[in-house]
Amino acid sequence: MLPSATGDGEFHGPSINEFFPEAVLFAGSPFEINRIMLIRFLAVAVLLLVFWLGTRRMKVIPTRFQSIVELGLNFARVNISEDILGKKDGKRFLPLITTIFFMVLFMNITGPIPFLNIAGTSVIGVPLVLAVIAYVAFIYAGIKKSPGNFFRNALFPPGVPPFLYIIVTPIEFISTFLVRPVTLTLRLLMNMIVGHLLLVLFFSATQFFFFTADGGFKLFGAGTLVFGFAFTLFEVLIALLQAYIFALLTAVYIQLALAEEH
Amino acid sequence: MFNAVIAAAAETETRNPLLPELYDIIWSGLIFVVILFFFWKLVLPRMQKLLDERAEAIEGNIAKADDAQRQAEAALEQYTAQLADARAEAGKIREVARADGQKIVAEHRELAVSEAARVTASAKVQIEAERQAAVVSLRSEVGTLAIDLASGVIGESLTDDAKASAIVDRFLADLEASEKAAK
Repeated sequence: MLPSATGDGEFHGPSINEFFPEAVLFAGSPFEINRIMLIRFLAVAVLLLVFWLGTRRMKVIPTRFQSIVELGLNFARVNISEDILGKKDGKRFLPLITTIFFMVLFMNITGPIPFLNIAGTSVIGVPLVLAVIAYVAFIYAGIKKSPGNFFRNALFPPGVPPFLYIIVTPIEFISTFLVRPVTLTLRLLMNMIVGHLLLVLFFSATQFFFFTADGGFKLFGAGTLVFGFAFTLFEVLIALLQAYIFALLTAVYIQLALAEEH
Repeated sequence: MFNAVIAAAAETETRNPLLPELYDIIWSGLIFVVILFFFWKLVLPRMQKLLDERAEAIEGNIAKADDAQRQAEAALEQYTAQLADARAEAGKIREVARADGQKIVAEHRELAVSEAARVTASAKVQIEAERQAAVVSLRSEVGTLAIDLASGVIGESLTDDAKASAIVDRFLADLEASEKAAK
């Protein structure tokens, strides 16, 4: 987790094995807990605490803390659910959208937080589970509304000459039923993995340049430090953005499944 | 540097980050369920309640404002009515005062007229009385004077009072008669 220049003067960069730290508890069992799982638990605990406290005694005229919590909830409600799905369906799927948004957000944000330094979403479990849930949700929404409509719109888009369905239908099938969950998973996972590796790279390089490298190379350390700082801020933005994108795409997929015609 | 990264990565056995571990899936799923129920059953209903309350409060305030406006309008109406009443009353009072004044003036005028008439009448009476007195005294004086004159003229004293007063009376009667004839 904290790879850096060791005493032997060699540079150790980040490795993918950082995402598979040693088990802390229940090693080898299906309930194994390692450092990243602990970070997830912490993120979830903070999430539960913030929203429990923030909504415990809600007043018509909000306090500052309540305003912030309301701001977050309203963002998921108005800017994602209701904007995409409309008032009625937006309300129906609001618990799902809100959960996805805040779960991803709170787990992403642990990436740039000092001493945590790794996103809870940077291991495939969370992105995969959420992508599967989004997948199930939009198929459920479409089938519940009208199975015929849903599959016709998804596989045989209207307005296409019939003979083209030979090409269009497989493409649509792949893009709707195979690519969507995969892209949802990978977009989030890779953003978080790469973000973490970049930060580790910058800061371990800074350590290396400052304390191990000779003479003029020490100057490079300043550069990598500045980059590390900038990318830390960037990671905060990415954390927000990826949470928004994940929730937004879930809403969009549901909306497409509910639409009468494309 | 990047070579070093690759070298470092290659040193140890690398694992595929795309292959999920069972524990990873289990914990992720559990966490999702917990958060979903947390939002679904606790946070979002609270939020919905708040939004409803807020909407209600806004509507309540609008109703309150409407009420206040209605009250203000009623007050204004009442005030206007009172003002009109007051004006009418003031007009009435003025009217009464004017009538009273006219009555008082008329009474005083009447009083003055009657007083004047009384004064005139008493003056007339007095004048008449004085005239009578003057006539009486004149008559006796004129009589005496005329008798003296006549005595002088005819050389004889008309001492006989009865005779003399008869003469005077006749003379005066003649005088009055001639005066009346002249009128």
